[in-house]
Amino acid sequence: MNDTMIRLENVTYEYKSNIDEDILTALKNVSLEVKKGEFLAILGHNGSGKSTMAKMMNGLILPTNGEVYIMDMNTRVEEKIWDIRAKAGMVFQNPDNQLVATIVEEDVAFGPENLGIPPIEIRQRVDEALEAVEMSQYRKHAPHLLSGGQKQRIAIAGILAMKPDCIILDEPTAMLDPNGRIEVMNSIKKLNQEEGKTIVLITHYMDEAVEADRIIVLSNGEIAIEGSPREVFRHVDKVKELGLDVPQVTELAYELRKEGIDIRDDVLSIEELVELL
Amino acid sequence: MIIDIRNVNYIYNPNTPFEKKALNNINIQIDEGEFIGLIGHTGSGKSTLVQNLNGLIKPTSGDIIVDGINLTQKNANLKEVRQKVGLVFQYPEHQLFEETIYSDIAFGPKNLGLKDEEVDLRVKSAMENVGLDFESLKDRSPFELSGGQKRRVAIAGVIAMKPKVLILDEPTAGLDPAGRDEILGGIKRLYEKEKITIVLVSHSMEDIAKLVNRILVMDEGELVMDDIPKEVFKRASELKKIGLGVPQITDFMKQLKSKGFDVNDDVVTVEEAKEEIMKYLRRKEDV
Repeated sequence: MNDTMIRLENVTYEYKSNIDEDILTALKNVSLEVKKGEFLAILGHNGSGKSTMAKMMNGLILPTNGEVYIMDMNTRVEEKIWDIRAKAGMVFQNPDNQLVATIVEEDVAFGPENLGIPPIEIRQRVDEALEAVEMSQYRKHAPHLLSGGQKQRIAIAGILAMKPDCIILDEPTAMLDPNGRIEVMNSIKKLNQEEGKTIVLITHYMDEAVEADRIIVLSNGEIAIEGSPREVFRHVDKVKELGLDVPQVTELAYELRKEGIDIRDDVLSIEELVELL
Repeated sequence: MIIDIRNVNYIYNPNTPFEKKALNNINIQIDEGEFIGLIGHTGSGKSTLVQNLNGLIKPTSGDIIVDGINLTQKNANLKEVRQKVGLVFQYPEHQLFEETIYSDIAFGPKNLGLKDEEVDLRVKSAMENVGLDFESLKDRSPFELSGGQKRRVAIAGVIAMKPKVLILDEPTAGLDPAGRDEILGGIKRLYEKEKITIVLVSHSMEDIAKLVNRILVMDEGELVMDDIPKEVFKRASELKKIGLGVPQITDFMKQLKSKGFDVNDDVVTVEEAKEEIMKYLRRKEDV
């Protein structure tokens, strides 16, 4: 059994500018493999190609050149597109744009209903999905009255009910307050660790990226840095140059090292730096 | 004093099953030239409070006096108040509507009945203040810009009204770090140059710590803290209880101190932490 979930082979994506007729390139000859069960974070400033890459991962857009495979299914093959989207579910930034029903559990049931799943199984899937995001007690509530973090977890439950192997999240916490962010991140981590779901998380928050197994930083349509969070954030200057942040403790360690203090350059957490001093 | 909030209560949907007290006996006095951070988790009453400050909604009881005008009085000139208090909503770029960046920013000043030359000056200086190049951008459509740039156009539209108080409700929500730094840099420049009063609503304690000189903390419709950043962030456990945090660096210094390190833990920025630790290490060397 092949353990690759997503494979991008020399992918380029070009589109026509809506200002003039220029051809713009969002992704330039990018190759990437995401393993089953991996938690991958994608960072990059606005316009770096992150969202384009995410949309390719479940066939919402097709590459201009190159190929994208989801569990060995090429996204170009039209007959496979629904299989692909059942394997790789997508969650977007704004929860309000993703909820379709007036009752939470009906919203979660929407996906499996459209897959033609028998009602008894739908019931079971909805219950499990809501349980996984810890929203069971809200199943009879109206989604529009929930908090942002709760709404976003309902959106995730809606994807879970489709039983995907992989979930792609495009800045799922960008519109949430700190509590909402923590709730959603906890759900994401749990799905990865306990249910073995492959996670692709696009984010601007470095504290979220630190949780991933691997980070890629996109810049101008190319992979600029790749590695574990430790490997990526030790390049403080380079990360900043690419328009991103590093965690404050990482920055402090970097500043101290510049002053000639002997300290490791891959510090990520408060506890680590406390230990080192 | 530019803003005086006295015993203000605000109740949504009074006398219905949906009645909700959003502001509970709020008292705040703000002096001219202060840079204030307003924090609180979702539903704490922050947005209700700022909407009260330029008369978009009126308190159920209590008084709000802005630059000498009592908004709560029946005949209060709200138009004048809204000129004095500029409010930048969340996602202000959704409110852009004109064909060119120039006309979008000029819309407010024109409606004030200002002469063309004055409008021109105001648009130029507003764009400069938010870091947008006048010549290259004025004739472009605001809809061609990046998210961060669009937002700066929207903020410029409010600044061009020359408000005495500028209120920004989460001006960096949804932006990437570079976009965030552009916006916050613009706000800081504006504050230093024009000496206006600023109220910044934000969820980011790091941003708040870097910019403001006083923090107001709201929880369940009440003002629970009102102090300088150092003092507010000292109360980390209380903040956590009401769904807020402290900057990571503050948390770090506290843990360091609790491990027995002889350092000052009321630190709110990376630079301060660095100085503190350098001082500590030097002392250790001397011993």
